[in-house]
Amino acid sequence: MPQITYREALNQAIDEEMARDERVFLIGEEVALYNGAYKVSRGLCDKYGERRVIDTPISEGGFTGIGIGAAMAGLRPIVEWMTFNFSIQALDQVINNAAKMRYMSGGQFHLPIVFRGPNGPAEWLSAQHSQTLAAIYAHVPGLKVISAATPYDAKGLLKSAIRDDNPVVMMEAELLYGMKGDVPGDEYLIPIGRADIKRPGGDVTLITFGKVLHIVLKAAEALAEDAIEAEVIDLRSLRPLDEDAVIQSVSKTSRCVVIDESWPVASAGSYVAHLVSTKCFDLLDAQVELVAAEDVPMPYNHQLELAAQPSVEKILAAVEKVMYLD
Amino acid sequence: MAEKVLMLALSPTMEEGVIVKWIKSEGDSVEQGDVLCEIETDKATMEYESPAEGTLLRIIAKEGQAVRVGRDIAIIGQAAEDISELAKETPAPVEKPPVEKARPVRKEPQISAPTAEGRLRSSPLARKLAKERGIDLSTVQGSGPQGRITRSDVEKAGTVAAAPPKVAGLTDETVPVTQKRKVIADTLSKSKFTAPHYYLRVTAAVDNLMQARTRLNDKIGQKVSVNAFLMKFVAEILKRHHMINATWQEDSIVMHGTADIALAVAQPDGLIAPVVRNCNAKGVLQIDRELKALIEKTRKGALTRADYADSTFTISSLGTFGIEEFTAIINPPDSAILAVGGIMKMPVAGDDDRICIGRCMKLTLSCDHRIIDGTVGAAFLRDLKEMIEYPVHELY
Repeated sequence: MPQITYREALNQAIDEEMARDERVFLIGEEVALYNGAYKVSRGLCDKYGERRVIDTPISEGGFTGIGIGAAMAGLRPIVEWMTFNFSIQALDQVINNAAKMRYMSGGQFHLPIVFRGPNGPAEWLSAQHSQTLAAIYAHVPGLKVISAATPYDAKGLLKSAIRDDNPVVMMEAELLYGMKGDVPGDEYLIPIGRADIKRPGGDVTLITFGKVLHIVLKAAEALAEDAIEAEVIDLRSLRPLDEDAVIQSVSKTSRCVVIDESWPVASAGSYVAHLVSTKCFDLLDAQVELVAAEDVPMPYNHQLELAAQPSVEKILAAVEKVMYLD
Repeated sequence: MAEKVLMLALSPTMEEGVIVKWIKSEGDSVEQGDVLCEIETDKATMEYESPAEGTLLRIIAKEGQAVRVGRDIAIIGQAAEDISELAKETPAPVEKPPVEKARPVRKEPQISAPTAEGRLRSSPLARKLAKERGIDLSTVQGSGPQGRITRSDVEKAGTVAAAPPKVAGLTDETVPVTQKRKVIADTLSKSKFTAPHYYLRVTAAVDNLMQARTRLNDKIGQKVSVNAFLMKFVAEILKRHHMINATWQEDSIVMHGTADIALAVAQPDGLIAPVVRNCNAKGVLQIDRELKALIEKTRKGALTRADYADSTFTISSLGTFGIEEFTAIINPPDSAILAVGGIMKMPVAGDDDRICIGRCMKLTLSCDHRIIDGTVGAAFLRDLKEMIEYPVHELY
């Protein structure tokens, strides 16, 4: 199976879908002539021309709104946000227009649109450019919210998102773009709303999504050395959320740690922890633990920056708590 | 100022308690309400909460020691306080335990909210497992934080409980009398030796009752116990015969406003009689539900004082052992007890004076003659027999 990078996987997904359906187009800052701020759209402008790969001014509210209007008029836009930190500018368009239009028009309009870009911290970008905003989008009914942690998931999920008739917010990560992984040459789709067991195990369930999955997998390996088999669940979709996968795994292990690189208060992770506490109440042998970012703006100092995020050590400490080993 | 902590009466019939375990040690600081020690009373093992705050200066009663109500068990005061004077005093033996003799007015059973200290910590999964396996969590040692009982603790407890019982041969053996056995002995001797018992006996035909029960069982798809019917019938008849539902208090007789009927339930360590309250106001099904819950609790040893204290009438049945009839000893503070024999087929004279086979049950009422005269007891039993044989007559 070919090994390609996460950014190439995204590029293939967009390329294949643009070739498949001429209503699909890409719009955003630097997506065309510069081939994308993170080179996700490399070669697409040359291939499909500036009418389908469109550079915009630095105005998220403007081009996000253009995308929503185009979707209402029958096109299938992919709106690239250079980072989710900038998407805050366009929140009104997403929450009030994209997420509500179908509902408020009584189903007369549907919005086949994808909003995508890197979410969460990279390195040395400080407080305003290192935010994980999953909870803000996952909070809103009317949106679908997905998150890919591997090249394989990135391609399969993005293709499903482009074909979906609802607004889909797709969270990528700057530090994942260069990551290589197996991606089949043949076409495939990953259904939205289905979690994936990234590592099977019977002793404790680790639930996560996005980039931090790779830290969770490292923690699971460390646990395996102590003969603790962790089951790692990659949610892949926060909305809709694959409750069955979560319940099934916790039924098996009776212990659960949720890992979310967002802030801990009112996060997607804290919602999942609540879900486990209620749906699996009689199955739990210990409290549900949440490993999240520290509840502070991201420090610029690199040591502090790392200390503010979930780490293998923090995950191991939480697992020890729920397994009564501490 | 240091003060003594006394053994209190933790149940109305308790005269002495055994210190099972000291939770606090000498030198520990204690808050009011902290659990000082566990005390085995005549009925159950209970936590003894500190009546004072300060430092536990001296433990007077050691673990395993039986202490009469009113005697000292410990001294609480300020740290480093001189308690030599206090410790020297010989405690005066208390002649009578400070126990209410009987309640003039019935109170709702008090169930106090468990304190943070006294609360059993267990994971939801451990609770579920324990329920499934019929394991009493209070007997399980928790290994989690703050003693939380986890799945593995319950599983371990389960294996211990599942060990096959040893088959014992006949050997000479002397075993100490448990608190519970002692209270059974004291209560029943006192009852039999002070209350002048007399006995009345009838045989009741139960064909109609059994037929009604079968129909009910078929209708609701579960077995309703004969005892639930009997409790209901007794409660109805007690309404007409207040003197049966009464307590002797030497200079007064208390006639109770509710029929709180106890059922004697055997346990390996001795008899106990949980009470279904207010049977007069409940239907057979509700009584049956409550009775089943109480019996389940009894099997688990989880009865609290509120579950067994202060009955107004008691039923005892040995029918399942094939006993035809027997006489029972009155269960204080009641004035009567109904002993129920097994249901037997026997020849009976039919309406046309031909002999046919009917199902019958022998009922023996023990009465305290201080309250219940012969005709009063007889009238009660006559009406009860009528009710059992022809429940529908009650509607006439």
